[in-house]
Amino acid sequence: MPKRTFTAILALSLGAPLPAQADDWQAVLDEARGQTVYWHAWAGDTRVNDYIGWVTRRVRTEHGIELRHVKIDDTGSAVSRVLAEYSADNHDDGSVDLVWINGENFAAMRENDLLFGPFAERLPNFTLTRPEHNPEVVTDFTLPTQGYESPWGKAQITFYYDAEALGEDPPGSMAEILAWAEEHPGHFTYPRIPDFLGSTFLKQALIALTEDADALYSPVAQSDFEAVTEPLWEYLDALHPHLWRSGRQFPASGPEMRRLMADGELTLAFTFNPAEPAAAVADFELPASTRSYVLDGGTLGNVHFVAIPFNSPHKAGAMAVANFLLSPEAQARKQDISVWGDPTVLDVVRLDDGSRALFEQASDNPALLAPEALAETLPEPHPSWMGTLQEAWQARYVGAP
Amino acid sequence: MLRFAPALIVTLLVGPILAGLAMALLPAFGYLPALGGERLSLEPWHELFAQPGLARSVAVSFASGLVTAAVSLVVVLAFLAGVSGSRLDRWIQQLVTPLLSLPHAAAAFGLAFLIAPSGLVARLLSPELTGWERPPDLLIVQDPWGLALMLGLVIKEIPFLLLMCLAALPQLDPGRHVAMARSLGYRPTTAWLKVVAPALYPLIRLPVYAVIAFATSVVDVAIILGPTLPPTLAVSILDWYHDPDLSRRFMASAGAVLQLGVTASALLTWWCLERLVARLGRHWLERGSRSCADRPLRLAGKSLILLAAFAAFAGLAGLALNSVAGFWRFPDALPQGFTAVHWLRALPSLTGPATATMIVAICATLVALALTLAALENEQRSDRHPAQGRLFSALGLLYLPLIVPQIAFLFGLVVVMETLGTRHRLGLVIFGHILFVLPYVFLSLSEAYRRFDPRWSQLALTLGSSPNGAFWRVRLPMLLAPLLTAAAVGLAVSIGQYLPTLLLGAGRIATVTTEAVSLAAGGNRRVIGVWALVQASLPLIGFVIAIGIPRLLWANRRGLQGA
Repeated sequence: MPKRTFTAILALSLGAPLPAQADDWQAVLDEARGQTVYWHAWAGDTRVNDYIGWVTRRVRTEHGIELRHVKIDDTGSAVSRVLAEYSADNHDDGSVDLVWINGENFAAMRENDLLFGPFAERLPNFTLTRPEHNPEVVTDFTLPTQGYESPWGKAQITFYYDAEALGEDPPGSMAEILAWAEEHPGHFTYPRIPDFLGSTFLKQALIALTEDADALYSPVAQSDFEAVTEPLWEYLDALHPHLWRSGRQFPASGPEMRRLMADGELTLAFTFNPAEPAAAVADFELPASTRSYVLDGGTLGNVHFVAIPFNSPHKAGAMAVANFLLSPEAQARKQDISVWGDPTVLDVVRLDDGSRALFEQASDNPALLAPEALAETLPEPHPSWMGTLQEAWQARYVGAP
Repeated sequence: MLRFAPALIVTLLVGPILAGLAMALLPAFGYLPALGGERLSLEPWHELFAQPGLARSVAVSFASGLVTAAVSLVVVLAFLAGVSGSRLDRWIQQLVTPLLSLPHAAAAFGLAFLIAPSGLVARLLSPELTGWERPPDLLIVQDPWGLALMLGLVIKEIPFLLLMCLAALPQLDPGRHVAMARSLGYRPTTAWLKVVAPALYPLIRLPVYAVIAFATSVVDVAIILGPTLPPTLAVSILDWYHDPDLSRRFMASAGAVLQLGVTASALLTWWCLERLVARLGRHWLERGSRSCADRPLRLAGKSLILLAAFAAFAGLAGLALNSVAGFWRFPDALPQGFTAVHWLRALPSLTGPATATMIVAICATLVALALTLAALENEQRSDRHPAQGRLFSALGLLYLPLIVPQIAFLFGLVVVMETLGTRHRLGLVIFGHILFVLPYVFLSLSEAYRRFDPRWSQLALTLGSSPNGAFWRVRLPMLLAPLLTAAAVGLAVSIGQYLPTLLLGAGRIATVTTEAVSLAAGGNRRVIGVWALVQASLPLIGFVIAIGIPRLLWANRRGLQGA
């Protein structure tokens, strides 16, 4: 099913991809020189911040662009900012030039015409992602990006556990997780809804449990929400009493869940960044006995992007930065486990030999997932499911005694 | 010139708040053209009241305001009642005062790590005393009743109320009053409570109201220590403002108006409680009993205030330990190894935010000091003495930023500023900080200024000095100690600001506090430890300078060295 959906979307979004024209791009670079680009990006991870610091230095020498990382704790605050400017009729001198975004935030900004574009197809390096073979780089939670955002990196739900406490045989499916949690009460949890990662866990469980997974790939209004999600609520009702704090409290986010792992409160957890457990071991946060895996049948994965708000005064500079982020050099460095470990969006197999060599890295880190484990990726459901699931979850579990 | 100072202050503070409130009120009733809200409606309110757990959010916010204020006030009064001027008492005061400069978020992080089931206390006791090999599954931090939140707030509000009391006390001449009461046979603590406390309370009423307003609407502490299912009202509002579903902005604005109502009702309830306590207290006074649990009260006051101070310091020590920790597994009392890598990684990115923080804090504090001095000097020269402790005098509006919850007007203020087309980010941030720095500076300085013996100035005038000369050459130098303390308080307030910096600066002004909060989103306790310590040390430097300068400058004049 997913394959079919992707092809349909591809036909919609790309039509006839325009090859970037060299003259046109040179004009953009000329305009970009000397601009200051304010990039609003989540800054909760020092590794990400350090990588962005490296990008800052590189675009300064390469293109004469002054990149400023505006550190935010929630992408929603950048959306708020653009919206406030829109309300005040500020249409050409906004304060956000580039924003790290995907999913619901992208859908909301698109719906309210708060984004500039289409620009992605104009970036010369965009062709390296080979969208014709990798539809996920032009699809954000089933919505075609239509060139309004440029892919930056990939994420996939990856489970990790402490082998010393759990043994070598972690639960491989939703049903096994429930059985395991019943045996080990208090050792597992998921982030509180509406956290991004927590909501993704709901979707992962829903895909595994529902009888009508196809319905998840079209707007929620088109299907019987109650009927589709009933197995999910039965599952959660059964699971919650065996969770950490008996399901009366949930960690706020994925990073907080990692901290609970570090404190030994949890034995099993999950993340969106496949390299995070290995990075946390290197950072003295998690024990050396940490191991990663994905569930049988694959886990949810998605792509994260950068977008340019409609009122950015430095669009050329922002596009030049977005293009640099897609260069083999920048993508290979980002994927390097010792830097960040965020998987590349480039189609590495189809790169030329020199560029491909950049991506070869020794992976003997026991906490790191084997690359082939990420082969089975489930596509994200339509974004409307996320909001409806979140509301239903809150109505069911918030404020309950 | 001086005559305009009070008017200038009030416009500067009241204008933005009212404008911001108006911009929250309109969307709360469905009017926000940018999002297609063209008509007034009650829809946002229906949506708000349909939110699961709203009643509980409101209840926790309301209760934490009252409980925090009551507990901190009782502890401070009990401590002061038992003060006998002993070395221990002076030591306690010196221990508690610097805590005022500790940013709320840093204190909350420290406390969270101290009392969590896998926290410092549990690690020290385990497994020998508790038998815990892994952290117990106990709901301590972020408990649904908000007790951890209230505890965190109490620890921070005790130093604030104590400092306010210490500033107000001298004008009451407590020593003579207590001596008089004791000659009538009252035990010392009882005497203080019966004679001094009733006169003291009106002078610290405003700070108490500020505590209530702050505790009902605080965001950062509530995120770290407060309940989660549902969170407190202020945290929910922030979530709604940041929701990717932009139509939730309407409901968020309605929530902001509701927050204003919750804070107002908490204040009103407190006011009613005041009447009740006054009535009951009068009976107790008139009964004339000479002793009322004198010793236990004195002991309780001292031990509670010490406990609060130790909790704050132990939390800080825990953060410091974390910032240099290698791998640290429960239940080890200490990390398996130590490393400087967290500090080394943070250092290169520290200078920019630290510089910005100091520029903003110093500018905001200087402006606030200048305005405060102008208003106070005007008061002296025009010989108008404000009714002390009265809420509704013109200059009383000064305290509006302390009473109106930040979250209720800041988002609206951003829209106002955008409409005015102001793009000077640094200027805007400084302006935003002045809103909050000015009331605290005024609060810290006014009593000392009004209490200043007028005969010094009169003497200067009779010796031929002009009023300005008397101000610059007599009054200011003699008031150096309280002036610097007020400046230190102003710096601390400015350094701790998160929302105003983020919203008015459009994220372009990065201070240590915005850096610390955005890094805290990553949940890495070692990184949090580094940044919380940086955040805590900057205002502490201010306090050290404030205490140190008068001692250096007036080394040969003991009376001018300050507390």
